[in-house]
Amino acid sequence: MSELRFDDVTVRYGSGRRATTAVDGVRLVVPPGQVVGLVGESGSGKSTLARAAVGLVPVHSGRVLLDGEPVARRRRGPSPVQMVFQDPASSLDPRMTVGESIAEAVPHRTGGGAAALRAEVARLLTLVHLDPDRAGAYPGQLSGGQRQRVAIARALAARPRLVVADEITSALDVSIQGAVLNLVRELQRDLGLTVLFISHNLAVVRYVATQVAVLHHGRVVEQGTTAQVLGEPRHDYTRSLLAAVPAPLTSTEPVSTEPVSTEPASTRSTT
Amino acid sequence: MPARPSAPRRLPAVLRTPVGLAGTGLLTLLLTVAVLAPVLWGDAAEAIDTAAMLQGSSADHWAGTDNLGRDLMLRTLVATRLSLVLALAATALAVAVGLLLGTASLLLGARAGRLVTAGVNIAVAFPGLLLALFFAVVFGVGQVGSVLAIGLAGAPAFARLCQTLVAGVASRDYVAAARLAGVGRLRILLRHVLPNVGGPLVVNATIGAGGALLSFAGLSFLGLGVQAPAYDWGRLMQDGLNRIYLDPLAALVPGLAVVVAGLAFNLTGEAVARGFSIDTADGLGGVSLLAGGAVRTRRGRARRDRAAGAAASRTAPGAVAPDPTVADDGASGAGPGGASGAGPDGASGAVLDVADLVVTVPTPGGPVRPVRGVTFRVGRGEAVGVVGESGSGKTLTALAVARLLEAPTTVTARTLRFQGADLLATDLTAAQRTLLDTLLGTELAMVFQDPMSSFNPVRRMGTQLAEGARHHLRLGRRAARERAVDRLRAVRIPDPDRRAGQYPHEFSGGMRQRAMIGLGLMGSPALIVADEPTTALDVTVQRQVLDLLAEVRAQDAVALLLISHDVSVVADVCDRVLVMYAGRVVEDLPAAHLATGARHPYTRALVSAVPHLATDLDRPLTVIPGRPVDPADVPAGCPFAPRCPLADARCRTEDPELVDGVACWHPGERRPAEPAVVVA
Ligand SMILES: Nc1ncnc2c1ncn2[C@@H]1O[C@H](COP(=O)(O)OP(=O)(O)OP(=O)(O)O)[C@@H](O)[C@H]1O
Ligand code: SF4
Ligand SMILES: [Mg+2]
Repeated sequence: MSELRFDDVTVRYGSGRRATTAVDGVRLVVPPGQVVGLVGESGSGKSTLARAAVGLVPVHSGRVLLDGEPVARRRRGPSPVQMVFQDPASSLDPRMTVGESIAEAVPHRTGGGAAALRAEVARLLTLVHLDPDRAGAYPGQLSGGQRQRVAIARALAARPRLVVADEITSALDVSIQGAVLNLVRELQRDLGLTVLFISHNLAVVRYVATQVAVLHHGRVVEQGTTAQVLGEPRHDYTRSLLAAVPAPLTSTEPVSTEPVSTEPASTRSTT
Repeated sequence: MPARPSAPRRLPAVLRTPVGLAGTGLLTLLLTVAVLAPVLWGDAAEAIDTAAMLQGSSADHWAGTDNLGRDLMLRTLVATRLSLVLALAATALAVAVGLLLGTASLLLGARAGRLVTAGVNIAVAFPGLLLALFFAVVFGVGQVGSVLAIGLAGAPAFARLCQTLVAGVASRDYVAAARLAGVGRLRILLRHVLPNVGGPLVVNATIGAGGALLSFAGLSFLGLGVQAPAYDWGRLMQDGLNRIYLDPLAALVPGLAVVVAGLAFNLTGEAVARGFSIDTADGLGGVSLLAGGAVRTRRGRARRDRAAGAAASRTAPGAVAPDPTVADDGASGAGPGGASGAGPDGASGAVLDVADLVVTVPTPGGPVRPVRGVTFRVGRGEAVGVVGESGSGKTLTALAVARLLEAPTTVTARTLRFQGADLLATDLTAAQRTLLDTLLGTELAMVFQDPMSSFNPVRRMGTQLAEGARHHLRLGRRAARERAVDRLRAVRIPDPDRRAGQYPHEFSGGMRQRAMIGLGLMGSPALIVADEPTTALDVTVQRQVLDLLAEVRAQDAVALLLISHDVSVVADVCDRVLVMYAGRVVEDLPAAHLATGARHPYTRALVSAVPHLATDLDRPLTVIPGRPVDPADVPAGCPFAPRCPLADARCRTEDPELVDGVACWHPGERRPAEPAVVVA
């Protein structure tokens, strides 16, 4: 279990007069074994921060530290920080089977040859609740939710010390997003996985994250435990975000436990 | 979803097209000749016959003879091998150099890549033939020199193509993921990038080979290419040219060979290219193919079309009442069973009346019906929501209602009435059609998910809003613009006068969406159809747009058909909700009943699958096992049966009708033990 620390991180795109600052002096800690939610409107710099964390974009100033050491991309072997991407359509190579994609991320030093590799792929698929027999399937044969679970399996294959999940349910249908969210919670609980979970959906973040940070114009304007930030927001921007969320369908009890009353003999109202 | 067809299995199918057949047929013939001709006739073509020098066409020598009495027909056939070998060698060189340059940015990193790109851009600017001549002079005459010349001259174009293709693949997430997994650059190139750009490269190389063949003929013809005693088609053409007026066949036969060979390569390339475009389209999966590919819509264009059609309208400004004659004349769509949609009922208040709406889309695998009999009504001023997962037919239903679907997509219905007017009427006079267009143009407003694609990027917002009003409402330029500014103000665009002079890209996403609603308000809409109007927006902006829609409704009793995959958005805004599954409405219920009163198992699952700010954190979210129905493959019986916890034998054989607001054999029932979590 590891701790990820953004130490006054600034990221800029472009150079000279046309440079824009996407992330502006962010200080943020993802404590070991926790899921930290990062919320903010589009363009607030969430994805940029995620990419900086794994070294896909260079930081302009400041440092990204994993257990006190810079997460500069190493020349050999998998990165200790892995990322799961937003778009299930482009996160897997369409011409490689699911098994090949996952196997690619398994560290070579594991040893044991082809049989061991197959076993490891099967273990990872089972971990994300996919049938190990699907290893031979191509991404085109899977639903968006299944593809996202393969992407999670691939990230886990690299034995990461931390996983960055960037809007991993935004492109999914509501009927399948639940399965992915359940999985994230389960992995955190059972494997003690440390996760930076990025989403613009507050209800989703509330469900998976133990802590929340709010990003606004590239700056962290508020952070704390989920209950604190969503329950007693201190920053105006957080309050406006919360106010914008559509009202819950039920205000008190979860729906699925209630035996349904036969009350609405709803004829098709026409006007 | 159909299993992913492998490339080798699809290729022959491509070659079954006429173009593919012609191309590969010619190419096979060519290759056979190239292999066999030198073996069979190599010696005969060299045989000097001083008795038959410079003869014309005859029974012995079909194409005549040259100045040493050698048979020109045989020489043309034998020259096939050298001509092809040289063309293919040059193409291989062009592709190899092009690949090296084109993948440099991936292999060497961004900075070196930029230098190479700049170099390639300069080289591409020179005409290919000029480059070839330049290199031919540099490398000297002869076969090797001209292969180098033509190969290098073709390289910049390939480099550019590779750069574009590689950049497209390299920006995909799976390449970033491979990088994070520690895969080296060269392996990323070989494993992830090249296989995914291979198709278009092969196609272009094939077509390029045809071009190289022509270039060779050109160089040899100019005397810079193949030198005697060796001969290719260009050389034969040059020899024949001297006596073209006396004996045209001597030059025309090798010329014809060049043309046939060029055609063979080009046709084959074209056919394979078509095959690959099929490949990329169905890589997206059946559902998205339907939503994006095969269905052609008019969307942004629709307004202009209608505006143009209405230019001749004699309707007074603002007074576009539904004309009863339109409804009466158009009897084609309404069968005898369409009682609910008959005239008097329409007058009693339904803005929109739809019964048994079916949308059929032709696909390579036969016609598919993504909307399979949708029935609903929208009352005056009522807000009706449509929810369902992607591919359930929500958007197609909206487009069909707005008459925005074009052939080859077909729309049929028992009833399809808007403001009492029959939208399916076909036998209308020009004036009636105009009236119908005006009715749709002024009283039905559409708001799409991506407002950018609905506006013309090169015209000012104010002008675009004013355009429709000038035609439909017959306003003058000034008046139309004033109304546009007024409407922008009505949808809360700050400083509307200045904003009206701006272009769409100068508006933020939320502002464009509001402008789109403003566009709908230029007339006096009775119905706003909004298809995922807030999906591309974030929560705060979504709230503003939803509030605006609610406000517009409250002011003018405008009805709303709001499509969304998000149950909470629909519940927040609408009076009534239609739940769609596999192209049908499976439940029609008051929005207030969604939380606890839903009777269809799918509606219930949908509601409890979405986390909200009061979701119990100690329980897993409800999961709907399995996957959405592919419209090309709807199961027998209830389409939800494979995913339904209540499904029994009857469900799997008989498809339930929508009765009393729900289409289910077990409405409102619960399983003895409600599933805690279902693992898909
Ligand atoms: N490659 C790039 N070049 C220049 N500017 C960029 C680039 N990528 C992002 N930006 C800008 O950086 C800012 C932050 O972008 P980022 O993608 O991190 O936002 P986000 O919060 O993830 O948004 P969304 O929710 O829409 O994905 C935006 O203003 C964006 O326009
Ligand atoms: S008809 Fe049967 S399978 Fe279909 S939703 Fe109702 S109970 Fe489920
Ligand atoms: Mg993002």
